[in-house]
Amino acid sequence: MAPRDVVLEVEHLSMRFGGLVAVNDLSFSAARGDITALIGPNGAGKTTVFNCITGFYKPTSGRITMSLGGPAEPNDVAALTASGNRAMRTARGQLFLLERMPDYEITARAKVARTFQNIRLFPGMTVLENLIVAQHNALMIASGYTVKGLFGFGSYQRAEADAVALARSWLDRLGLTARADDAAGALAYGDQRRLEIARAMCTGPELLCLDEPAAGLNPRESSELKDFIRSIARDHGTSVLLIEHDMSVVMEISDKVVVLEYGIKIADGSPEAVRNDPKVIAAYLGVEDDAVAEAEAEIAQ
Amino acid sequence: MSAPASTLTIPGAVRDALKVGLITLGLSIPILAVRTDQNLSNQIVLLPRWGLVASAVGIAIAVRLAYLLLAAVRQARGGALIGSLGVRLPAQAGTMFARAAVVFLFLYPVIALSLAGTGGAVKWIDNFGIQILIFIMLGWGLNIVVGLAGLLDLGYVAFYAVGAYTTALLGKTFGLSFWLCLPLAGILAAFWGIILGFPVLRLRGDYLAIVTLAFGEIIRLVLINWVPVTNGYAGITGIPRPSFFGVPFNASDQGFSAVFGLPFSPLYRTVFLFYLILLLALLTNWVTLRLRRLPVGRAWEALREDEIACRALGINTTSTKLTAFAIGAGFGGFAGSFFAARQGFISPESFTFMESAVILAIVVLGGMGSQVGVAIAAVLMIGGTEILRELDWMKEIFGSGFDPTQYRMLLFGLAMVLIMVWRPRGLVSTREPSIFLSERRAVSGAHVREGHG
Ligand SMILES: Nc1ncnc2c1ncn2[C@@H]1O[C@H](COP(=O)(O)OP(=O)(O)OP(=O)(O)O)[C@@H](O)[C@H]1O
Ligand SMILES: [Mg+2]
Repeated sequence: MAPRDVVLEVEHLSMRFGGLVAVNDLSFSAARGDITALIGPNGAGKTTVFNCITGFYKPTSGRITMSLGGPAEPNDVAALTASGNRAMRTARGQLFLLERMPDYEITARAKVARTFQNIRLFPGMTVLENLIVAQHNALMIASGYTVKGLFGFGSYQRAEADAVALARSWLDRLGLTARADDAAGALAYGDQRRLEIARAMCTGPELLCLDEPAAGLNPRESSELKDFIRSIARDHGTSVLLIEHDMSVVMEISDKVVVLEYGIKIADGSPEAVRNDPKVIAAYLGVEDDAVAEAEAEIAQ
Repeated sequence: MSAPASTLTIPGAVRDALKVGLITLGLSIPILAVRTDQNLSNQIVLLPRWGLVASAVGIAIAVRLAYLLLAAVRQARGGALIGSLGVRLPAQAGTMFARAAVVFLFLYPVIALSLAGTGGAVKWIDNFGIQILIFIMLGWGLNIVVGLAGLLDLGYVAFYAVGAYTTALLGKTFGLSFWLCLPLAGILAAFWGIILGFPVLRLRGDYLAIVTLAFGEIIRLVLINWVPVTNGYAGITGIPRPSFFGVPFNASDQGFSAVFGLPFSPLYRTVFLFYLILLLALLTNWVTLRLRRLPVGRAWEALREDEIACRALGINTTSTKLTAFAIGAGFGGFAGSFFAARQGFISPESFTFMESAVILAIVVLGGMGSQVGVAIAAVLMIGGTEILRELDWMKEIFGSGFDPTQYRMLLFGLAMVLIMVWRPRGLVSTREPSIFLSERRAVSGAHVREGHG
């Protein structure tokens, strides 16, 4: 079996809020091009893991390695860790230690994009503008950090036309082209969720982190979303990290499932294996109280 | 999408225009009909000016009629409701209105001269024209910070002061000309914008407002107490006045009048200053409109809408905030520089919190982010103040001790309350998108956020 090409490696990640340990010594990895699901009961610490990966929280301890271009060599990771730097070029591509980087750089340089559990669009900007803002960094360079753009250089005009074309291609895929000039806040809830994913994709990510994208969707929307996420992974080769409560979505499209409970990883494997894992059944899929107590006793040991 | 347009008939339009004429007549009888003057023995003489009233009414009817007919022509395209006039305005009404306003502004000195004569025109061009334009420019500058980036700045007058004192001090100490001081004042004010920006980067809402308020006060207190440099309360006099490309506006042989073979009059300088501030204000507007369509401007608006989402999209919010502070402050500095050169004298009195409050009120009243709205609000607020000075006839009614300007703040407050009840999102509450795919549609104010601070 060929060695797994890991895009994101989380090692011994812990996050404490005062006395509360939201994530406790969590390790898992996400393979390139895969859809990796992160599931667990409410308050298990899933969103906290996302916030650590995307730099919104500084983890209490642990290492988060993002590797672009190919799998990371252990030697390179060790060298980068020892150097105290945030990033380094390797023979295959680039290596980033996300816990050392500020949030915006994680998107801009390490190519990790995310969506939010409670949608965060720019409601007063149009659908198209939302997708153009997502291409800010590329356009900023094209506009010569505003100087060239201010004087109307042709190169910026072309870059903007390209940005519109990219936005348009996503709108076409979502069937939202007719709404392009409407305020994002005026879209239906399901459309807002999908627009937020498209906006994240417009940043050109290698890893897309989706926080409960199916929340609040009806069954038809939810099944469309499944196809959409799958096509992002298959057609774009973008790796996906997915938090989701909707088990039909998780079990159908995930290549691997990581299960969290009270910040601790209780299972990690294929959807089949996880579904049949007694600990997961006890903790997550809902069983009688005594089974939960049993599982808790197990964890305590 | 397109709203049901009210059908407009020619007789209806004429009736409407006549109604406007009637209102104008009503308004102009107290304001324009009689002019008070002094005779040699210091007695007041009343000069009737019915011709002026007639022309004002005529202009009002003509403008209203032309406006309604134009609106009718454009109605087919469907329109956005601006509504403040109770009329459905066509989608391009904003642009058309702005163009017409610019043309009017360029003609304004000529109109003022022909209506008020050489003597009266100075007042109209200076008190109304220049004063309003300064505040339009300040409003547009602050609009970048508050309206676009959503950062509540209560100390904007500090940058106005920095610009003014830069020009005054550089001009007096080093003898630099106004034309050199102007860019330097802008740059220095922008620099101070960044200085203010750094400590407040992490602050939002009320906290940001309080710190910026304090910053404005600190600058003012420094100006008062750093007597060796700023001359304290007494202020700085004899600031070099701007020249007409090297030709000064004075009565000397090298002066503007002499060079161009005209009789000397202070009017030339006033007209020149009017066009100067008009160009500066238009430059501010042009730059702002341009920036709004560039990544940096879109990032400002995105920052106002949702800062966390911005960071998730790889936008460096620190530099985005700092550019907003710097560019907004820079325009304040330009305006301050112009102010110093126009007055020839500045003191800390001109840079109180009241000034910040008025500028902020203009931005909020205009509709945050809207250039046209801010301009209209400045005309209403500053024009309103100046008109109060003109209401001397009220002394006849309320007694000679009555000074209408004393009621300025009361009226301001009343107007603000009324307008905020009537149009809570300002005069122009819709947002123009910066880019569109197939059709430019204004975004309803209901969706637009006001920023967190
Ligand atoms: N900023 C914070 N400060 C303090 N406690 C926090 C913070 N963020 C999260 N927590 C706590 O950490 C725990 C994990 O929260 P988290 O939001 O990660 O759960 P989750 O798995 O995403 O749950 P859900 O499925 O409900 O979204 C919760 O107990 C939560 O209260
Ligand atoms: Mg969550």
